Amino acid sequence: MEFVVASTIGVLTAGGVYLLLRLRAFSVILGLALLTYAVNIFLFASGRLAVNAPPVLNKYADVAYSDPLPQALVLTAIVISFGMTAVLVMFALGAYLEADHDRIDMTGESEEEGEGDSSSGSDDAAITAQGENRV
Amino acid sequence: MSDGGSLLPIIALLPFLGALVPGLMIRAGRTACATFTAVPTLAALVMLGTLAPAVLRGEVLQAEIDWLPQLGLTASFFLDGLGLLFAGMILGVGLLITLYARFYLSGEDPMGQFYTYLLLFQGAMLGIVISDNILLLLIFWELTSLSSFLLIGYWKHLPEGRQGARMALAVTGAGGLAMIAGMLILGDIAGSYNLTDILTQGEAIRASEWYLPALILILLGAFTKSAQFPFHFWLPHAMAAPTPVSAYLHSATMVKAGVFLMARMWPVLSGTDAWFYIVSITGLVTMVLGALIALFKDDLKALLAFSTVSHLGLLTMLLGFGTKAAAVAAVFHVINHLTFKAALFMTAGIVDHETHTRDIKRLGGLAKFMPVTALIGTLAALSMAGIPFFNGFLSKELMLEEAAHTGWFGNPWIVPVLATVGALLSVAYSLRFIFHVFAGPARDDYPAHPHDPPFGMWAAPAFLTVLVMVIGIMPHLAEPLVAAAASAVTGAELNPYLKIWHGVTPALVMSIIAVLGGAVLLALHRPLDRLWIAAPRPEAKTIFDGLVAGIAAWSRALAEGLHNGAISRYLAIFIAATVLLGYAAFSGGEMRPPTREILPVPPVVAVGWLLLVGATLLVVLNHRNRFRALVLIGVIGLMISVGFVYLSAPDLALTQISVETVTIMLLLLALYFMPKESPKESGAGLRLRDGTIALVAGAAAAALAMAFLVRDFSPISDFHLANAYKGGGGTNVVNVILVDFRGYDTYGEIIVLGIAGLTIYALMEALLDGPAGRRLRARPVPPDRSRDRHPLMMVVATRAMMPIAVMVGVYMFLRGHNEPGGGFVAGLVISIALLMQYMASGFAWTQSRQRIEYHVMIGWGVLIAGLTGAGAWLAGKPFLTSAFGYIHWPPIEEFEWATAMAFDLGVFLTVLGAVMLMLYSLSRIARYAGETVNVEPMDYDPSLTIERKKPEAE
Repeated sequence: MEFVVASTIGVLTAGGVYLLLRLRAFSVILGLALLTYAVNIFLFASGRLAVNAPPVLNKYADVAYSDPLPQALVLTAIVISFGMTAVLVMFALGAYLEADHDRIDMTGESEEEGEGDSSSGSDDAAITAQGENRV
Repeated sequence: MSDGGSLLPIIALLPFLGALVPGLMIRAGRTACATFTAVPTLAALVMLGTLAPAVLRGEVLQAEIDWLPQLGLTASFFLDGLGLLFAGMILGVGLLITLYARFYLSGEDPMGQFYTYLLLFQGAMLGIVISDNILLLLIFWELTSLSSFLLIGYWKHLPEGRQGARMALAVTGAGGLAMIAGMLILGDIAGSYNLTDILTQGEAIRASEWYLPALILILLGAFTKSAQFPFHFWLPHAMAAPTPVSAYLHSATMVKAGVFLMARMWPVLSGTDAWFYIVSITGLVTMVLGALIALFKDDLKALLAFSTVSHLGLLTMLLGFGTKAAAVAAVFHVINHLTFKAALFMTAGIVDHETHTRDIKRLGGLAKFMPVTALIGTLAALSMAGIPFFNGFLSKELMLEEAAHTGWFGNPWIVPVLATVGALLSVAYSLRFIFHVFAGPARDDYPAHPHDPPFGMWAAPAFLTVLVMVIGIMPHLAEPLVAAAASAVTGAELNPYLKIWHGVTPALVMSIIAVLGGAVLLALHRPLDRLWIAAPRPEAKTIFDGLVAGIAAWSRALAEGLHNGAISRYLAIFIAATVLLGYAAFSGGEMRPPTREILPVPPVVAVGWLLLVGATLLVVLNHRNRFRALVLIGVIGLMISVGFVYLSAPDLALTQISVETVTIMLLLLALYFMPKESPKESGAGLRLRDGTIALVAGAAAAALAMAFLVRDFSPISDFHLANAYKGGGGTNVVNVILVDFRGYDTYGEIIVLGIAGLTIYALMEALLDGPAGRRLRARPVPPDRSRDRHPLMMVVATRAMMPIAVMVGVYMFLRGHNEPGGGFVAGLVISIALLMQYMASGFAWTQSRQRIEYHVMIGWGVLIAGLTGAGAWLAGKPFLTSAFGYIHWPPIEEFEWATAMAFDLGVFLTVLGAVMLMLYSLSRIARYAGETVNVEPMDYDPSLTIERKKPEAE
């Protein structure tokens, strides 16, 4: 069973990382979803595996329980990662609607934007924080 | 010690509180604005006055308020002689400057802003001199740098002002950083951050091996602030500030902060060779160099600025000598320099104001047009030159006397000679100020017609000049204050005897040489000036600008090299680096043998595993077909939920499956507007690289998981299992952890979720107003759109399911404390129930039946959870301590009430509100995209048999 969980984590991580490195926002979101699964299972597994031992107290018998703490932490992690995915989806959608493509690398555009620098060649510009010109 | 110190925090706070007022009062007029600036200053001054007698008797007043005691940071204040002297100067001159600025600033200048900055600065300065905690002192120290930045750059339209402000901030800010490090070392050696404690530990500190680093770092802070060579260059550039600022910051207060700090730390840091040589050499070099440059400056304010640099060097040098007599001289000169230099700056301001120029070469003969100003300026300048019967003479004599007795490296001549040269140059530039501005023939080419300013403008410098005269003629009047301050500096009881005539001493001889030599130098000024202009000399500003530009270029190259805009590149580097670091950490330790028994794998688990792995592979292979990938993701999520069920995590399974549902819906909604396919962009090489990184990362994660899964550990959750029922009143331990043990975490998390929901809402609103909205409106309607988008079957089914789903949600919520369920799950279940209505009957139809706004629901959720937590305070317990009990109502079974239930209600409302707000925001985009709105619940309604209703636009 341990191998099943560990290999699941491995496969999800590998798939997540691969998709994370793609060049389109939607793939990145999918990759992040896979990675989220992997991380959640990883955290959950850190409490070790147990079958038929839910952490719900049994008043009548003395039984074993699985570790409740990682479960509680992962529960909120699942909900939070939903929130994060939603925000990301909104970003991706917004970026796509504004730019008409959903590429995530911006290497091509930085040169066009960089031209603004030369125009501010006044004496005042010597110490100007030049990052301002490059958003 | 005395409890009179309780006024100290109020004194420190008054300027900050007062700073809020002038910005508002400017509407009531300029005089009202100035008056309201003067009120807090005056009040603080009066309070200080009531404390003064005790301090002059030698008492030390203290007040302490705990702030962050864990860090050793307390808001503690103390007032001794030195603090009293500086606080009095700061408030007294502050008052005069307020009056002066009222007349100096023109109608176009935003006066409210000016006075607000001024009070901020005053408060920061006051804080420095009465702080008892060095961490607090550092905070005020940085505040002076910041507020002086605002004041120097007050005339925002002047490039010199902006550059000067930036330079001052860069230099003093960098010095401040060094000082923070030095102070931390000092506190570490002394074992306390309280100045009063540190001051008693001088010997231990001087003996420490960390003494020299601490000394150098602290001196860097003091030298940059007090414009000591080679950091002196910022001060003249700061003269671009309005003259009241120059008079206040750059003669009386801020630049003296460094001197103050050296005086404050004198008992601890002085007395070593390192202190003696570093401080006295820096001081003497600064004094001579500043005076030399001052002589050849044509700008009145630049002359005064370099003269200030020179006098600050003098003070530094005196403190560097490390003798008690030198400390007395330093303290006395602080007072004297303040009086004459502030008066001179204000005079220069008046000249500038009335003649519209500060260029000495265009001035001269002004005595005829502005006799009052000329009188004030002449008297103050004579004091600066050190002429008898003016106060400058007295402290200069003391300084020369000390210099005459000081030798460097065994040579008794260097210091006295250089000190005399400094004094000589000082006489020369002081006389130049008098003769080249006020004396001489009247000219007819002034840029404006000069005349004396109104009384309000010359009142302040006149008052200071009176002080110059009074102290100069009757020096014993200043004795008590000098005695108290010098005693505080040296930590010994001192009773200096200040008088004009000391007999024929070496100092008198040096003084005479200085005055005569100065007069000669002035006579030769014209040829010397030509020589000076012709001589090559380094321009500090060019060097500084070059340095800054170099650093900026370097960091830019670094940033652009690392940050080229390709996020996939950063991610690849990040993941590879993480794996490598993990490997390094992993290979550094050793592995214990496995201790856990491996659980068996029943066939059904194997099938689930195959499904999950297969789906993951298919997602990766099919990720370009976005729709298919999404469906496969759903399979993975489902399998994980089932896995949670099998592995004894029912709460996780419930949460996972409901989150899975809403996530897929959300992604489907988004996908509707996005391209349905990802193009094939990355080449084989890139895919190979990414594949390798992915496989290595996956293998690493799997190996790590496997490594800990087969080994035992000692969990901390035994505590939670043992106390869940006893302390939290619930049997579902996961839920009790969420709402009780780790309730604060949960509280934070629902806030984050609420913020995420609101962010999405706000983003959507912004998006629809911009070009994206226009693009959406221009979107063509897809030709393959279904004609029956709100099918009868679905509408009927969802309506029937709605109450059942809500019931399930309520049930999940109620049983959550004892059985799997709870606020998170209930919120998700009910949102799915609502979502189904949206899907079945469309957005507008459902929206019009919704009574509560979703963002209101988020607000209530967070509020209820917070109030429940705060309710514990009423019972005198910490935040979020829960209470519970049992009630037995006869017909029903015994049931439990717990405050945790109310907290869970907050969680429920927030989750519901946030999830719905997110999906609502996404579906709103649809309306922009030309989505028609249905009025009827379904497209084809068999009960309306007359004719088929067509969907129509709202």
